[in-house]
Amino acid sequence: MRVRFRFAKLGKVRFTSHRDVARLWERALRRAELPVARTEGFSPRPKMHFGLALSTSHESLGEYLDVDFREPESASLDLAGLPGLLTPLLPEGLTVEAAAPIATSDTSLQQAVTICSWTIEALGLDVAAANEAVSALLARDEVMVTRQRKGHDVTDDIRPYILHLAVIGPIPGVLSPSGDHTIAPAGSLLEAELATQPRGLRPAELLAALEPPATEGRVRRTHQWITFDDARTEPLSVDAMSTMPAPARAS
Amino acid sequence: MNTIWPQLEPLLANVQKPARYIGCEDGSQQPDHRPDRAAWLLIYPDTYEIGLPNQGLQILYEILNERSDAVAERTYAPWVDLEASLRAHGLPLFSVDTHRPADAFDLLAFNLSAELVYTNLLNCIDLAGVPVRAAERGPNHPLIVAGGHCTYNPEPLADFLDLVVIGDGEEVVGEISEVVADWKRSGRTEGSRAQVLRELSKVSGVYVPSMYDVTYDGEHLVAVTPRYADVPERIEKRTVADLADWPYPKRQLVPLTEVVHDRLNVEVFRGCTRGCRFCQAGMITRPVRERPADQVRTMINEGIRRTGYDEVALTSLSTADFSGIEKVVADTVNDPTRTNQVSVSLPSLRVDAFTVGIAAELQRGRRSGLTFAPEAGTWRMRQVINKLIREEDLYGAVESAYSQGWRRMKLYFLTGLPTETDEDTLGITELARNCAEIGRTHNKSASVTVSVGGFVPKPFTPFQWFGQNTVAELQRKVNLLRDDARRSRGVQLKWHDPKATMVEGIVSRGDRRLGPVIEDVWRSGGTFQEWSEKFDYQLWVDSMERHGLSIDWYVYRHRHEDEMLPWEHLSAGLHKDFLWQDWRDALNEVGLEDCRWTPCYDCGACTGYGIEHIVASARPPAGGSQGTGQDLSRGSMVPVTLLTKPSTSSTPSPTAPPVTPLGAGV
Repeated sequence: MRVRFRFAKLGKVRFTSHRDVARLWERALRRAELPVARTEGFSPRPKMHFGLALSTSHESLGEYLDVDFREPESASLDLAGLPGLLTPLLPEGLTVEAAAPIATSDTSLQQAVTICSWTIEALGLDVAAANEAVSALLARDEVMVTRQRKGHDVTDDIRPYILHLAVIGPIPGVLSPSGDHTIAPAGSLLEAELATQPRGLRPAELLAALEPPATEGRVRRTHQWITFDDARTEPLSVDAMSTMPAPARAS
Repeated sequence: MNTIWPQLEPLLANVQKPARYIGCEDGSQQPDHRPDRAAWLLIYPDTYEIGLPNQGLQILYEILNERSDAVAERTYAPWVDLEASLRAHGLPLFSVDTHRPADAFDLLAFNLSAELVYTNLLNCIDLAGVPVRAAERGPNHPLIVAGGHCTYNPEPLADFLDLVVIGDGEEVVGEISEVVADWKRSGRTEGSRAQVLRELSKVSGVYVPSMYDVTYDGEHLVAVTPRYADVPERIEKRTVADLADWPYPKRQLVPLTEVVHDRLNVEVFRGCTRGCRFCQAGMITRPVRERPADQVRTMINEGIRRTGYDEVALTSLSTADFSGIEKVVADTVNDPTRTNQVSVSLPSLRVDAFTVGIAAELQRGRRSGLTFAPEAGTWRMRQVINKLIREEDLYGAVESAYSQGWRRMKLYFLTGLPTETDEDTLGITELARNCAEIGRTHNKSASVTVSVGGFVPKPFTPFQWFGQNTVAELQRKVNLLRDDARRSRGVQLKWHDPKATMVEGIVSRGDRRLGPVIEDVWRSGGTFQEWSEKFDYQLWVDSMERHGLSIDWYVYRHRHEDEMLPWEHLSAGLHKDFLWQDWRDALNEVGLEDCRWTPCYDCGACTGYGIEHIVASARPPAGGSQGTGQDLSRGSMVPVTLLTKPSTSSTPSPTAPPVTPLGAGV
């Protein structure tokens, strides 16, 4: 049986990498002594499938992980109890919000998710300047940007990736202990919806495309979306009780 | 709470591997700092990945936090990117547990396991906002402490350290806490610093360098004299008599990010009396103190359950010597109550004791790498170093391993050993070739990785008088090996930079005159010298020259029997005449037996402190020559006095109660 977990990554633990989080999950599943299915071979690994990688230092309210459980033991899994069982076995800040079975034929998380919602701190731009920069960016038909992908420079139009962008308020700066200089400048908080395919647009790349550009402060992924037809759903919504049947499928 | 987290947090998004600085590990503590509790910041002066697994630091972290008069937090050397950022923003070194500034602690306690981290120690002190020289510190500054194997010769760091702990740290950290908590309660008034140091110098196992005057006659050291009558002339190491009393760490730290040795570690015994003459650890940690097998099993089972690790390392200086090792391994791998597979790794395997039985058991869990340490390439050379492994024992072990399906193994060797000839050096590649050939009879792609380190003579070993090989000589030997390995199918050669070996040699047996050299190298930016990309040989050479010190004199010359060595006012219990005799025996290629299974030859480590070996089995492990130099073919019981656990009455010497360095464990 394949179970999809939804979890949050908030606070200090945001500085762990995607790989770190995978290892933390692996260990938590072992500590819970859950019947996780393993790959065959010389060095068997647990069968776990992660969604879109979250950059080190970014927070998230909606991360996903699919785990395969062994048959027939999976039949006796207490799905509703899984979040409460696993959260204490994960470091503070990684919180399991929901778990529900999905079909193994479902499209992988990485392919299924097409849009992510974000809140992004744009440092160095006050609200007025940020509003101006955002309006100017949204007014353009084409925003050609050169960025690195897999070690190569690629140049493409990032405008189609920006589905929504707005300034939602100011954020304060951080002063040194003596109070005499700025460690992180004040700025504005943006909310954005960015497409993930084919290449995806990273928050830092979005900020760099603003005129004038802003520095990235705290970034939080708030949602991941699967779209089909004109509707969008989350891979597993927070209120999806673990006992509910699998959500509707995109494929 | 006194924390710099709000200021630190924005900086972490722009440094490599920021998870190194957040704490949050399973097992990390958020201790309650109070005015009557000595606050320790335990520092491993290398990166988090290297330092986090250190068992000595973790042991003391738990022991101190269990006390009512102490609290302990941890930190590691911040990598150069974060250091630059901290300095640019006027932020200090901080603890990873609560991100408390380092100067808000009463003691900054460093674990010194390697010589090349000495400049990092200075950098950490400076980053804490504390003057690097002890003489310039006032009552508001924390005490700078060091422990760990390197502190058996702390003299090169004497200018920078307020106190040094010699030997096992489990007990002495409590005694230090009592003195420091009193000092803290008294308000750390003006002038009180000298007083508290004087008080601490009376604690057994504690050395306060500033309480001693050092006299030279020309280039030779002639005396180290206490400045006060109540300061001991000689500082004895601390030894915990029975490991069973110290089942630590009970809650091993489980890091959030990748570190070396990322697994459960259970120390099965401390001390080793195999008597390898190059090995400082084997000399200074005597006697052998085995943990009871039942306690080992409990620590493994509870540790696996609590941490979620799927690998456990049974650590010691020579784990295959643990009485009943095969049963402990078998019980761990085959535990029917565990739903998940657990693999066992045995670091520091002696090839002669590596029995087919253990190999078979290990293989049942997931297979980890195999490393053997013959140390020298010829029987003659192994007689000199007293590591009496016969070639057939090695080949037997290798045959056993390859036949069970291993494809790769690693062999550790030293080069630049006393009396080493080119034939001895080339014996290394010859052994490796033969091992690879054995491997190929089982698997076409079998390979052997040979790792060669340059030998650095260490204090309190029979080789402490030996003149280290020059950089040029070591490089020549490495080249010989490299050329020979190229011609050898299935043999890969790795070697330690001979220049780094030389620098280790400078501080290994140096004296107080090296303080300015270390400070110079640090001031010139020479941190993280143990990282090859950061190591700067020229800084050291230039600094030695600037201070008029001769590398030849400190590193390359043979020392005399009647010469005063810089660490002679410290004691590891070992008699100097025992070490000298063993040095003569080495030159005569005479072996020495392992005293855990044979009568005592009075090296001083037990007799001086009224302690004894604690070994569950009076019989040496089966198979091979065992390095004991004895004819073991009879397999008879060796007469030996054994204690399962010394009763308190039979363990006299409360003055020198038998101590983990701040860098305890393995």
